[in-house]
Order: sequence, then C-alpha cells, then structure tokens
Amino acid sequence: MSDNQGQLWEVFVQKKSGQPFVHCGNVHAFDKEMALQNARDVYTRRNEGMALWVVLSTAIVASSPEDIGSFFEPANDKIFRHPTFYQIPDGVGHM
Amino acid sequence: MDTAKFEEVFEAKLAKNDFIEPKDWMPENYRKHLIRQVSQHAHSEIVGMLPEGNWITRAPSLRAKLVLLAKVQDEGGHGLYLYTAAESLGISRDEMLNALLTGKAKYSSIFNYPTLTWADIGAIGWLVDGAAIMNQVMLQRSSYGPYSRAMVRICKEESFHQRQGYESITHLAFGTPEQKAMAQDALNRWWFPTLMMFGPPDRESPNSENALKWRIKRETNDQLRQRFVNQTVKQVEYLGLTVPDKHLKWNEAKQGYDFSEPDWDEFKNVIKGNGICNKERLASRNKAHSEGAWVRAAAEAYGKKQPEKEAA
Repeated sequence: MSDNQGQLWEVFVQKKSGQPFVHCGNVHAFDKEMALQNARDVYTRRNEGMALWVVLSTAIVASSPEDIGSFFEPANDKIFRHPTFYQIPDGVGHM
Repeated sequence: MDTAKFEEVFEAKLAKNDFIEPKDWMPENYRKHLIRQVSQHAHSEIVGMLPEGNWITRAPSLRAKLVLLAKVQDEGGHGLYLYTAAESLGISRDEMLNALLTGKAKYSSIFNYPTLTWADIGAIGWLVDGAAIMNQVMLQRSSYGPYSRAMVRICKEESFHQRQGYESITHLAFGTPEQKAMAQDALNRWWFPTLMMFGPPDRESPNSENALKWRIKRETNDQLRQRFVNQTVKQVEYLGLTVPDKHLKWNEAKQGYDFSEPDWDEFKNVIKGNGICNKERLASRNKAHSEGAWVRAAAEAYGKKQPEKEAA
C-alpha cells in the first residue's frame, strides 16, 4: 500500500530583509500552509531566515545540464559587458 | 551523447572536484551506492531519536529537558534533509520508509544499544555525535551536491549536540563519586560501539573502494577511527575517566594512539539484527508510523480540498 507523504515543495529562505531568497532544500506537505509550516520547522530552527517561499517542485523549470555549453555560450565572448573592458584616463576620479 | 561520452563528463567533474547534481548523468552504480548510503544515513537519524527520546520525560532538570528536546528535534530534521537528498536520486520516500519499517534497510548499529542511565545521554552527545561529526565533516565534501549540502547544514547543528553532551558528562565526572561512577560506566559501555560507527576495518570494507573512487567518501574508515581516538583521549583525561582499553598507548612514531579494535563479531551480529535493542527500535518505529496513519490520511484529505475551496 502506498503511504502518501504529500507533494514535494522547494524551500527558499531570505536571511535578512533586503537580501535575495536562496534555495535551501525541500519538504513534503499536503497544502501551501503546511508546506510553509514544515519549511519553518525544518529549515529555520536557528533564526536562519526572516521570510520563506515554498514552491511546488513540479513548478520549477530548470536548465538542462547537458546543454550548459551551448546554453550559456552567448555570454562567453562579450567581455565588453564588463566595466573592466573600458579604459578610463587617470585624473578623472573614481568612476 | 553516447554513454562513453557521458562517463567522460562525469569523470572529468570528479577530477575537478566539481559536484554531481540530480539531473546530471551518473553511472547506475554511483546512484545505487548513494541511495543506499544516504537512505541509511537518514534512517540512522530517525532511529537515533529513540534512545534519547527514552529520557526526555526523566531529564534531571528543565534545562536538560529543553536541550534534549531540541536535540531530538534536530535529529528528526536531519533525517528529513537526508531523505530529500536521497529522493533527488529517484527513490520515493515511501520506498525508503517501507524498507526501514520492514527491516530491509540498515541504520547505524550504535542505536541498537540501550540507554540505561542519564549518563548515557551525555555519552551519546559527546561520543556518538562526536564520531558522527568526524564522519560528516568529511562528507561535506562528498561529490553528490544534495548530500554535501545536507551535511554542511547538519554539521553546524551537530556541534551543539556534541558540546551539550560533553557538558553533561562534565557535570557527572566532577560530581559525587556515584555520579562519576555513572559517567565511567557509560564510557565503558559506549566506547567500543562508538568505534564501530566508522564501519568495518579497511581490510574488509566492501563498499569503501567505490566510495573513495567516486569521492562519495574522502577518507577511509580506519583513518577516521584513528582521528577520533586521537581527539577523544584528551577529553577523557580531562574528565578524570579511563578509556576502557588496556592497550591504548601513545605511539610517537605515528603521532597517534595505538588502540584495540572493537569486537567485529559483535558488530556483524548487531548489523544482522541481533543487537540488544534491534527488535525494540523497529517495533517503536512501526508503532509510531501506524499511529500516525490517521494524521497522514486527514492531511491528504484536507490537501485535496484546498483547490476546490480556492475555486469556489
């Protein structure tokens, strides 16, 4: 007999107000509220966070590891997107 | 890409100390090895709640009770981190729990020893969690990303476990002669079972070779055991207690202690299910699981109603 443990939810924690939400793991739960409460109990027992997001794992769309090369390739040859690409004359101060 | 190419990418990642993530290609045996190791690790955390839970109602002070409750709650949390890490390898939680409850899955042999006195609770925190930390610090650099990340989190929390255990033993060791005797008795009973926690000696450890090759483990059972003994002896000496091993002796040449091996026949026997508490632990887990069935059923029914309510 299958003994249902609920759906899988991904948990994101914000450490302090203003900081990004960072993925920290997942929990099983049967609905949103339970997912939030379980996430609180499992991942923030020591003030690790001030805010939580929970998202159904099935709702996450991920890039595929096999395609890493071609998928991120467009960024590789565009060093002019970085500030250090440009020469600024001495004497104009911090820029 | 064909399999050979996938394997090349996998090996290259290991060589670079990169992590393997759930969606990456991995050899079937790597996956199987991890499922076995991570699920057993999860089971150990969950069964590990039982010997300590046994003392929550009898903790000698409110402070001790709060600490023990927090520690047991942490162990439950550790089990959950590890179960989800194992699930990312493609096994369901149902399958894992079922394997534990039917006695098919193994968990750490240490939890099949009884906690007879309050000193045992201190000894578990100090020695058992101490040995677990030594193993888990190494596993923080394990090649499987979700396992490694779970270990980082667990190690942070285990440090509290070990320190509270040593503090508790300190109170006994510097207490009345009866209390000191209790501490010594706990040390006598837990010393060798703790040394067994690192697993069989390297010369007969069936799973070590692959684990090291795949960087799931980074050090051998014997290396970790030696480090544990080196580190723990001075903690024993500070307490004025004695390690229950006549052959324990500092070896200047290897800059470490020589010590007696645990009784490996006893170890095998406990693993096989014949330890003092194997049956009791399994029965307790089964009882808790079946008594929680109505909660799971109610939660599931409630969860199913939620979308209907929102639509209305």
